[in-house]
Amino acid sequence: MDFRDSPGEAAFRDEVRGWLAEHLTDEFAELGGRGGPADETAWETRVEWEKLLGKDRWLGMAWPEEYGGRAAGFTEQVIFNEEYAKANAPARLSLFGEGLFAPTLLAYGTDDQKRRFLPKIQAVEELWCQGYSEPGAGSDLANVQTKAVLDGEQWVVNGQKVWTTLAHRAQWCFCVTRTEPGSHGHHGLSYLLVPMDQPGVEVRPLRQMTGTAEFNEVFFSDARTDAHNVLGEVDDGWKVAMATLGFERGTAFLSQQLGFARELEDLITLAQKRGATADPIVRQELADSFVGVQIMKFNGMRMLTGLVRSGTLGPEASIGKLYWSTWHRQLGERGIRALGADGMELPTGPGYDLDEQHRIFLFSRAETIYAGSSEIQRNIIGERVLGLPREPREKRSNE
Amino acid sequence: MNFAFSDEQEQLRDAVRKFLDAKSPEAEVRRLMETTEGYDPAVWTQMAQELGLQSLHIPEAHGGQGFSFVELGIVLEEMGRVLLCAPYFSTVCLAANAILNVGTDAQQGELLPGIAAGETIATLAFTEPNGKWDASGITMEAKGSGDATTLSGSKMFVIDGHTANTIVVVARQAGTSGEDGIGFYVVDADAKGLTRTPLATMDQTRKQARLDFDGVTATPLGDPGAGWPALSKTLDQAAVCLANEMVGGAQRVLDMSVEYAKVRVQFGRPIGSFQAIKHKCADMLLEVESGKSAAYYAAWAAAEDNEELPVVASLAKAYCSDAYFHAAAENIQIHGGIGFTWEHPAHLYFKRAKSSEILLGDATYHRELLAQRIGI
Repeated sequence: MDFRDSPGEAAFRDEVRGWLAEHLTDEFAELGGRGGPADETAWETRVEWEKLLGKDRWLGMAWPEEYGGRAAGFTEQVIFNEEYAKANAPARLSLFGEGLFAPTLLAYGTDDQKRRFLPKIQAVEELWCQGYSEPGAGSDLANVQTKAVLDGEQWVVNGQKVWTTLAHRAQWCFCVTRTEPGSHGHHGLSYLLVPMDQPGVEVRPLRQMTGTAEFNEVFFSDARTDAHNVLGEVDDGWKVAMATLGFERGTAFLSQQLGFARELEDLITLAQKRGATADPIVRQELADSFVGVQIMKFNGMRMLTGLVRSGTLGPEASIGKLYWSTWHRQLGERGIRALGADGMELPTGPGYDLDEQHRIFLFSRAETIYAGSSEIQRNIIGERVLGLPREPREKRSNE
Repeated sequence: MNFAFSDEQEQLRDAVRKFLDAKSPEAEVRRLMETTEGYDPAVWTQMAQELGLQSLHIPEAHGGQGFSFVELGIVLEEMGRVLLCAPYFSTVCLAANAILNVGTDAQQGELLPGIAAGETIATLAFTEPNGKWDASGITMEAKGSGDATTLSGSKMFVIDGHTANTIVVVARQAGTSGEDGIGFYVVDADAKGLTRTPLATMDQTRKQARLDFDGVTATPLGDPGAGWPALSKTLDQAAVCLANEMVGGAQRVLDMSVEYAKVRVQFGRPIGSFQAIKHKCADMLLEVESGKSAAYYAAWAAAEDNEELPVVASLAKAYCSDAYFHAAAENIQIHGGIGFTWEHPAHLYFKRAKSSEILLGDATYHRELLAQRIGI
């Protein structure tokens, strides 16, 4: 047990710091970490920044070298993300492409598919979105009804996806579709890759309670994609879709902790300025949030050690998403409390622009829902970690 | 970065677990908790002679093995898991640490070998009837100086105070207040003027006593009057130890709940298939694993003796106190009626969880301390 960098880790950290110091300047530095959920600030500048990351292979650092990556291990990825957060660099754009689709592609894609898609992700020429949820398939994802039928050399896709983050910015969608007619549940699904820029795809922004619209509805009406744009076997896409969710639930939170710690620091400063820290309840709450964000760090380090040692995630990994989303929601509530009566007002004026406290307070309500709601996370922990029996399921009405 | 125990540390855990499973089964816990002494002297001796547990983190120069708080944490976690009834926390986590933090080399050489050998039971008497855990609670005054020092007044909640041979007492110099004038003094258990009264504790697995001092002769330990930093550090170290002990108990009650939820059938289904029960267990796992992360990290900070210790000690004590009590309470709820009986072990853990939560300051106390320590 030792929480200091090894010599190799320290050298890598120096390299990352050096790169950031050299490149994070001028308009990029001015962004000051902005962007992210519910904040599309300075989109074009962030695209330029992301391209710099891709050019020097920080975007895609985990990929094998033959596909343009650095073959960086988990520890290096975490060190990079730590330094990135400490440097207050702009919020990343390629979460879905680099974070979710690329690992799935590397695990299930053909060599041709990898060579077709990975370079475009790294060059930030193609952004991706995730076509999973539907109006009738939220937590019950296997109830997907969007259909795809092979018509000669192309799939024809019909149906509706919802809560599709950044669909209005994306060039491609990785999309769970029902390809076996008459199939039910997780059978008969395929993991299709569908281009967004075509007449058969309509993206409608879905305005959220934050007032912003990063989520969308996506309507497929005879949308088309080439027959080879399937990841894994046709009709056997469920396990591919689940692999993506594994990436989503698994490692992402390792690097989030520093951003959360910064938000807590901001809140403490705000509370002190306002004199709220004289209130013993506010003091308890701020200290409790500090405990929580530190434990997030400790849990992350334990999980990382487990990953490096065994290549698989221990039980502490499954608690990550439940932990951070609950913590962040509470931080939002505590931020509003610290504002007192001013919590009722938006200091940004008309237009429903949100300051940081209101943004966290409102947007965090989504976080215990998306990427597997807290209730689904508890089922996963209960069944897969603790080995508790599954709930007997009612047969689907169409089974 | 490496957040894992080494192979040698895992071997230590296995050896301690095997020993405790044999020596401290539930029947033995129940037998000892009904006694006034609250421990088995034969097992205490075996702990020292067969496993060297009392000497674990005492320096080799004073008869110890020179291991760190990480190893000590492992041992405590295992002891918490089985509710070991023994004066280990008082002797090793309170008294030995106090002696290490404040004693001169000569005093350490005099006091520590007996502890390391399992011959001395020792404790730290610092709390008083006012029930405060900070410097303001220490009102007992030391009169005179050097060999002519005497103590008068009362100490409460003294763990194993009625069975200890050596008592390290915290008192203050006359006319001082707050963190000024704090000193440590060594008192023999059979000293004239000392009255020791066992307390009737809700948690019968950890014994406490009230000690009344009437002009008791005491030997100053270290530099009397400048003891606050050493006391503060001792309490931080003890909080880390207790956090590790608590996660051992918390894991045990989680295991009990999960085992029962798999086999107890109601409405034709194991109750663990109901989300109402499953989600409770999931939340318990989240808190137990998080508690372990905090406790282990804090043990490392204590081993390193680095500047993080005060913050992470309070952090771990606050979090693990809440996590253990929550898990122990849910364990009773998940067991239903059987969990409310005297025969079932659930109440033993529930009571240990609550008394451990209060001991050294509860979660609210430590969150406030933490707020101060991080500059809020």
